[in-house]
Amino acid sequence: MMELVKTGADNHEMVINMGPQHPSTHGVLRLELVLDGELIKEVRPNIGYLHRCFEKYAEELQDYAKVIPYTDRMDYVSAMNQEHGYVIAIERLLELEVPERVEYARVILVELQRIASHLLGIGAFGLDLGAFSPFLYLFTEREKILDIFEKNSGARLLYNYFAVAGLMRPLQDDFKGDVADFVTSFRPKIKELEDLLSYNRIFVKRTANIGVLPAKVALNYAASGPVLRGSGVAWDLRKNDPYSIYDRFDFDIPVGTGEMGTVGDCWDRYHVRVLEMEQSLRIIEQALEGMPDEGDVMAAIPKRIRPKDGELYVRTESPRGELGYFISSDKSAAPFRIKARAPSFVHLSMLPAISKGALIADVVAIVGSIDIVLGEVDR
Amino acid sequence: MSKLTPEEIARNLQDRFGADRIELMKGSVGQPWIQLAPEMLPPVALALRDDPAFQFDVLMCLSGLHYDKENELGVVYNLDSTTLRHTINLKVRVPLDHPHIPSLERLWKTANWHEREAFDMVGIIFDNHPDLRRILTPDDWEGHALRKDYVQQDFYQGIPTK
Amino acid sequence: MNETLSSMPFLPALLLHAAIPLTIILVYALVAIWAERKVAGFIQDRLGPMRVGGWHGWAQSIADLLKLIQKEDIIPADASRFWFKFAPFMMFAASYAAFAVIPFSSGYIGSMVNIGVFYLLAVTSVLTLSVIMGGWASNNKWSLLGAMRSAAQMVSYEVPTIATVLTVVLVAGSLNLMEITELQSGNDTLGFLPNWLIFQNPFLITAFIMFFISILAESHRVPFDLPESESELVAGYQTEYSGMRWAMFMLAEYADMLLLSLLGATLFFGGWNSPFGDFLAGPFWGFFWFMLKGLVLVFVMMWIRWTLPRYRVDQLMAICWNILIPLSFVNLVLAALWEMIF
Repeated sequence: MMELVKTGADNHEMVINMGPQHPSTHGVLRLELVLDGELIKEVRPNIGYLHRCFEKYAEELQDYAKVIPYTDRMDYVSAMNQEHGYVIAIERLLELEVPERVEYARVILVELQRIASHLLGIGAFGLDLGAFSPFLYLFTEREKILDIFEKNSGARLLYNYFAVAGLMRPLQDDFKGDVADFVTSFRPKIKELEDLLSYNRIFVKRTANIGVLPAKVALNYAASGPVLRGSGVAWDLRKNDPYSIYDRFDFDIPVGTGEMGTVGDCWDRYHVRVLEMEQSLRIIEQALEGMPDEGDVMAAIPKRIRPKDGELYVRTESPRGELGYFISSDKSAAPFRIKARAPSFVHLSMLPAISKGALIADVVAIVGSIDIVLGEVDR
Repeated sequence: MSKLTPEEIARNLQDRFGADRIELMKGSVGQPWIQLAPEMLPPVALALRDDPAFQFDVLMCLSGLHYDKENELGVVYNLDSTTLRHTINLKVRVPLDHPHIPSLERLWKTANWHEREAFDMVGIIFDNHPDLRRILTPDDWEGHALRKDYVQQDFYQGIPTK
Repeated sequence: MNETLSSMPFLPALLLHAAIPLTIILVYALVAIWAERKVAGFIQDRLGPMRVGGWHGWAQSIADLLKLIQKEDIIPADASRFWFKFAPFMMFAASYAAFAVIPFSSGYIGSMVNIGVFYLLAVTSVLTLSVIMGGWASNNKWSLLGAMRSAAQMVSYEVPTIATVLTVVLVAGSLNLMEITELQSGNDTLGFLPNWLIFQNPFLITAFIMFFISILAESHRVPFDLPESESELVAGYQTEYSGMRWAMFMLAEYADMLLLSLLGATLFFGGWNSPFGDFLAGPFWGFFWFMLKGLVLVFVMMWIRWTLPRYRVDQLMAICWNILIPLSFVNLVLAALWEMIF
C-alpha cells in the first residue's frame, strides 16, 4: 500500500515532500526530506516556484526608476528595505547627493519596516512551533506600523515610496508624532514578548541546541543579518560598512550568546531579532531628533536617469541580512544587468548543512528561525 | 594586516601571478574590478581567501552576465573580508561557445547555489560543481532567461507561458 | 430515570438509552467548537465569530456543520476505500460507546456495569486503532506519520492514565463509576469541604495533575497535539479527509475531550454531587453540576491550547516514560500507604 522509496540498500528510508503546499514552509518552498522514521537523513530544498525573473524585468523596463516597484515584490515583508538598497545603489551610480530630510525619513521608515518584518518573522516562528497567540499579538503591533506607512505612502504592503534621491510623496505633517507615539507604545511590548515566548519552557526546549550554525560555517555560506549574528559574529552593515546616514546613530549589535543552549542555535537566531527591535527603536528615536522639519522630499528626484558606464555592488542591511544589488551600466537608459543578492536565498542554501540528524519538527523550527521569504529566494 | 584598496590588492596579485594575467579595470563610475582568465580563478581565489594579507572569508555575491556585443559570458564575484573590512570584485569572461569556468564551491560553500543560478539564468558551465542543475526554473526549461537574445518558449509541458 | 427506562419495553428503552448521550455529545460539540473559537478570540485579543445567528455568532458551528455536510466526499484514488470510509465512524463509535458508563446524574447512567472504569479505558483504546486505520488507509505519507505518532502517543499515555485512575479506584474501592460518585456525596471533609476524592488523600491531588496531563495527550490537545500538528504534519492522519468524514473525526475528538473531562470530574470532583451538600442537589441539578465540572476541565484544555507551544515527539515520549509513568506508580504506592495508615 504505502510506497516506500528504496534508496540504496537501506530501505528504511522514506522520501517525503514537504511543500510546496505546506503550512510551515513560509510560502511555496519544497523540501525533499529523506527520512528514517522521523529522523532527517537529508534535506534537498527545491526552489523557484515563485520565480518571476525580476532581473529580466529590470533589464527590459528600459528605465532605472521603473524597477523600484519590482524590488518591493522580492521581499514583500520588508518592501521599504528593498527599495532603500536599490535607490542607494542608483544614487551611488549617479553620484547624487540626497537631501538630509529624505535621508532621515528613509532611516525611520526602514527601521520601522525592520521592526514590522521581525514581528512577522517572530510571530510565524512561534506559529511553526505551535504557539498561536503570540502571532496575533505581534500582528496587532505590526498593524500600527503599517498604518503609518499607509498614511504616508498610500499602501500597506508594497509601497513604491522611495525614489532616487527623494520620496515619491510628501510626508504627512504628523509623521514625526505618529512614529514617536508608536515608539512609546511599542517598547513595553518587547518585554511582554520576552515573557510570553522567549523564556517559555516548551519554546526553549524546542529551539535551544537545534539547528546549530557555527560561526565559521556561517561565514563560509556568506550568512548575514540575524542568522550570522545569532552565531555570535557581531557583523552589521549599518555599523561595519555604513551606508545612508547610519554612522550618525548610536546603537548596539546584539549577538547570539548561547544563553539557552549552544551559540548559533534556533533560539539565538530568534532572540537576536527580538533584541534588534529595541535597537531599531533607538535608531528611530535619534533619527526623529535629528530630522529637519523643512524641506521638499520630492525636489531632488532626477527626471531622467542615464548613468555613466560602470559596475558596482551595493549592500544594505535588510531585516533578513545582507541585501546586495549588483548593477552593471552601459551608459544607456536601461540597466545592463541588475542582480539582487537576496539574503534568504543564501540562507536557504545552508539548510541541508544544518538540519542533518534533526527531526521533522526541527526542520520546521530551523526554516522558521532563518526567516526566509520565498519572494526573495525565487525573485 | 590592514585594510587594502583594490589597487593594492591588484598589485599584490600581479606580483604573485604575473602582471600580464591580472588586470585592474574600472568603468567611469562605480567600483573597480580585477579581470582574470578562467584558469587563473582558482589559484587567485584561494590566495584571496587564505592569504593573511587578504582574508576574504565571504563571497557576498556571484552574478552571471551576458555580453551580447562581444559574444561573451561573464561572472562577477564580490568578495568581502569580515576581519580586514575590505572588498574586491573579480571578473571572469569566457566566450559564448565555450562557457566553462572553474567552480568555487570548494572555497565558499555559498557559491553552490549562486553558480547554479548563473548556470540557470545565463548558461555558464561551472566545472567541478557538485550539483550543477537548474535552480529557479524547472529542469526541462529551454534557454537561459538572462541572455540578451532569450526568447521565452510558448508552451511548457502543454501549458501556455504567456 | 433509570427506573422509568427499565419499566419500558426493550427496544424503545434501548433507543432512548442510545439517544441521550448522543444528544448530549452533539449539542456539546456544537457549543464547544463555537466556544473554542470564542476562547481563542478572547485570549488573542480579538472577537472570534460574530456574524452568524446574530448574538456573538452563536450559530457559527451550525453553519459550519451544514457546509461540511454539503461538501463533496473525496476519497483519494490510491486510498484503501473501505477502511478510509470506516475509520471516522469507528473513531466516533469508540468515544460514543464509552459514554455508556458515565453517570450523568444520580438518576441516569447508560449502563450500571460494575467494571465501568475498566470498560471505559478499554473502549477508548479503540480510538488508537481508528486513527491508525484512517492514517494508513489514506495512503499519504504525512497521514502515516501522523498515525504512527498518534499510536505511540496514545499507547504510551494510556499507562499513566490507567495508573492514576487506579489510584482513585484503590481509594474508592470500586470500579463502578456510579458507586464512586455516590461515595463522594456529603460535605464533611475538614468540616466544610465536599467529600470529593481529591480532598480525601493528598496523593490524589498529584494523581489528578498527572491524570490531566495524560488526558491532554490522550485527546491530542496542545501541547501534545502531535498527531495532527498543522505546522509539521499538515494535518496528520486527517490530511486526506474532508467534508463529513473529517467532521466525524472532529466530533470524535471533541467527544473524547468531553469524555475524559467527565471521567476526571467523576473520579476527582464528585461527579454529579453538588458542591454545596444538599443545596441544589437532585437528579436535574446533578446533571447541571456534572456537566459544569466537565466543561470547566474542557475550558482549561482550551486555555492551554491557545497559550502554549507544542512539544516535539521525542520530548513528548520522554515526558511520558521518564517522568509520568514512574511518578504515577510511585504515587499509587504512596496513596495506598496513606490509605493503610489513616
